[in-house]
Amino acid sequence: MRETFIDTTTAILDEDPRTALVVADISAASFTAARRRHPDRVFNVGIREQLMAGMGGGLALTGMRPYLHSYAPFLIDRAYEQIKLDLGHQETGAVLVSIGASYDAAAEGYTHQSPGDVALLDTLDGWTVHVPGHRDEVAALLWAAARHDDRVYVRLSTQENGHAYPDAAGLRVLRRGGPLVVAVGPMLDPVLEATAGMDVTVAYTNTPRPLDTDGLRALVEGAVVVVEPYLAGTSAYLVGQALNGLPHRALHLGVGRAEIRRYGDWRDHAREHGLDPAGLRRSISGFLLEI
Amino acid sequence: MNFKLQSMHMKLLSRVTADVKHTPSAHSTLDVLWVLYDRVLRITPKTVDAPDRDRLLLSKGHGPAAYYAVLAAKGFIPEEWLDDMGGWDSPLGHHPDRTLIPGVEIGTGSLGHGLGLAVGTALGLRAQGFLDTRTFVLLGDAELDEGSNHEAIAYAAAIRLPITAIVIDNRSATHGWPGGIPVRFPNWEVSVVNGRDHDEIERALRVVSDRPHLVVASV
Repeated sequence: MRETFIDTTTAILDEDPRTALVVADISAASFTAARRRHPDRVFNVGIREQLMAGMGGGLALTGMRPYLHSYAPFLIDRAYEQIKLDLGHQETGAVLVSIGASYDAAAEGYTHQSPGDVALLDTLDGWTVHVPGHRDEVAALLWAAARHDDRVYVRLSTQENGHAYPDAAGLRVLRRGGPLVVAVGPMLDPVLEATAGMDVTVAYTNTPRPLDTDGLRALVEGAVVVVEPYLAGTSAYLVGQALNGLPHRALHLGVGRAEIRRYGDWRDHAREHGLDPAGLRRSISGFLLEI
Repeated sequence: MNFKLQSMHMKLLSRVTADVKHTPSAHSTLDVLWVLYDRVLRITPKTVDAPDRDRLLLSKGHGPAAYYAVLAAKGFIPEEWLDDMGGWDSPLGHHPDRTLIPGVEIGTGSLGHGLGLAVGTALGLRAQGFLDTRTFVLLGDAELDEGSNHEAIAYAAAIRLPITAIVIDNRSATHGWPGGIPVRFPNWEVSVVNGRDHDEIERALRVVSDRPHLVVASV
């Protein structure tokens, strides 16, 4: 997904003179050619993420369309107040593109991980959040974001599904059956494997914000399971709002709050958080048995 | 400041009744703001949305009474607005909001945001070919405590970005700046002026260089 981001953003910079890119050393080398072609619109600020976000706000105030990029913890967690004030409070927008996701940087440790990024953006108004599940979903999302001035977050990950579903902004039903299981982004394949043989409906989205609440309301009959690749329960309040007045039970699965002080790779952390197929199967079947 | 001007400002300032908390900071910026709007900035109430207008970003959103008074004196906002600062029906808060006040470029209050926004603004203007448009940002000496400023200070120097940062120095930083403020701006051009002397302020603000320029206005 990272390579697709680099190729696509380079193409957008070539095609649209309104576009600017600000990076903070991360991935800077990959944009060397773009920087040489567009020195007035491609910037590497060094290890300065607050400045990266502030510059994004300033560029947007003049009518440019800034793309900002780093590891999720540096792009979102560290620069949260700049995102809140230099973008939202100024009524400007930017396209924030992260790598690292919740625990792609497993061996780097917790300092390089951001399970809370989407929850942080949920404290703010007007953010569209894309969590592509496959590299072939990335380019269209980035091109679409170049055509307006709103606030967009694109969360890229190492983990991805076997197939791309480009038209998955709303809930896209992939399996019809009983209770609804919603899989966000790269959670789709583990969910499909975990629920093999179960009588469930599986729906996929790569755009959890704005959440497809109409689709949710239409699909939920009594029980819903939401599986997100970031902090567990991030979407709980939106799901609760969407299903207001409909009797239902809900299970929200995702990354736990407790820090796991182990390294390994993303598969180890997925297993530890119960987000591998076996863990998901345990949680989902247990929940459905209680009905 | 001549007597007539001073009495006009004081009259407008005194209408800004709600600004009790930040009174010293409100007055510390008055002369610099007046010189900017009266003599330097290419912006009028008619050109607040012109893409090539000069930009003044008030980073130090604290104590905006002087800012509001100057905006009123120059016709950007009605003088009547000054009477109800912070009121429910007033567009004027204790910190300015760009979406509510004509001529205000950025909404501030939390310190340490203006310089980064100014760097982005100057780069955005340059990328669009507005090479004669100038970008100014006004800070306070205590505001320099915020680390975010130092990210922008170093980067602006590294890329020789010709913005002008004005630091109003009323020695309000809790731990001071031993050695002075200019040494915190390495590779910037520096002017230190009497922040009450309009001619001195104007001369410093008119300097256009091929690198960033710091104007320390002592008051």
